[in-house]
Amino acid sequence: MPLSPDEARRFADLLESHAEPLTARWTELVVASLRGRLSGAELHRQTTDLRRGFQSALSAGAIEVTDGAADELRAQLSELSSNRARQGFTATETAISIYALKEAVLDVIGDGDDALRLYVAFSAFVDRAALFTFDSYVRIRESLIADQAEQLLELSTPVVKLWEGVVAVPLVGTLDSARAQVVMERLLQTLVDTSSPYAIIDITGVPAVDTQVAQHILKTVVAARLMGADCIISGIRPQIAQTIVALGIEFGDIATKASLADALRYVLSRNGNKSSRS
Amino acid sequence: MERVPVLKIGDILLVSIQIDMEDQVALQLQEDLAERIVATGVGGVIIDISALDIVDSFVGRTLATIASVSRVLDAETVVVGMRPAVAITLVELGLSLPGIRTALNVELGIALLSANRRPEMPDIVGDEDDQAAVPTP
Repeated sequence: MPLSPDEARRFADLLESHAEPLTARWTELVVASLRGRLSGAELHRQTTDLRRGFQSALSAGAIEVTDGAADELRAQLSELSSNRARQGFTATETAISIYALKEAVLDVIGDGDDALRLYVAFSAFVDRAALFTFDSYVRIRESLIADQAEQLLELSTPVVKLWEGVVAVPLVGTLDSARAQVVMERLLQTLVDTSSPYAIIDITGVPAVDTQVAQHILKTVVAARLMGADCIISGIRPQIAQTIVALGIEFGDIATKASLADALRYVLSRNGNKSSRS
Repeated sequence: MERVPVLKIGDILLVSIQIDMEDQVALQLQEDLAERIVATGVGGVIIDISALDIVDSFVGRTLATIASVSRVLDAETVVVGMRPAVAITLVELGLSLPGIRTALNVELGIALLSANRRPEMPDIVGDEDDQAAVPTP
């Protein structure tokens, strides 16, 4: 049951005339729900702003939270959710900050003939405002998670220069398609930048090797070969070696070594041969 | 039609492709190279593709043909400077250019050739190799 424009204006008046007790009660409820993790003064400022937002939206004739007249209110609600999401509050705690307005209004609405009808209509409006808050909360949390995943991707794929002409990629964690792509691009770019003819891919930190992971590694090796660099795979644990054989994965003529040290020794000996020959 | 210049440096023919590799250009290059290898009697060919954004299957095949032809004429071919994006695309397409030797840049390409060639290589090539060599501990 939506608010009529007339009811909306009556509510705006109500919010206006009872501003002080309403804000006080609202703040009190929110403080209780957040169990003292935000200071009372700060919450009081937030609820004062929000009350003003509700009042101006309603007095402008907004009967739905999605109305143009409620633009400012929506911006306030988004900001509130964004702050709460970043401060680590739960979705419920964020939504309760809005729902508490209903309880505060109940105290000041009086008991006139149409008070109940009016209250239910207003309650629906607040519900939708709270749902909007909930939605923005979820959206912001999702973008936070996406940011973190990206940062993790950056963190977990370093390419290090091991020796003159030798770079190494210590792979840590599960290798999915997205990460494999990043590793491949970064490795190939480093090969060009440092003109290193040898790359060591160390899979000590990869918990499991299945056919897909092997496929990704093989593609990287073939791409590096196309560019004129040789890849050595190192850090194969006994368990992984058994899995590779059991799955029938063929590394072909790609050199594989048990440890990074072995791989480096192998590369240096091959290099030594080459320079002594010329 | 545009042509790719073929430069002779010591015992090596250097081809740096700076234009879009259209099919006709690729075929022309293949003919030019065969003639120059016979005319100069060099032992190595270096094809620099660092300016190429795209290597399609036809160009890939032409490079392989050039490598085979020059091998018949006793010259080793090295393709140098392939960009990461090109390499990734070729791998995704399943083209691994078998039979083509590759190096990261012209310097390493010359080093690769001189490591495999007869000792009477010109001095300039030997110097290049020394710089590119990796010091042992």
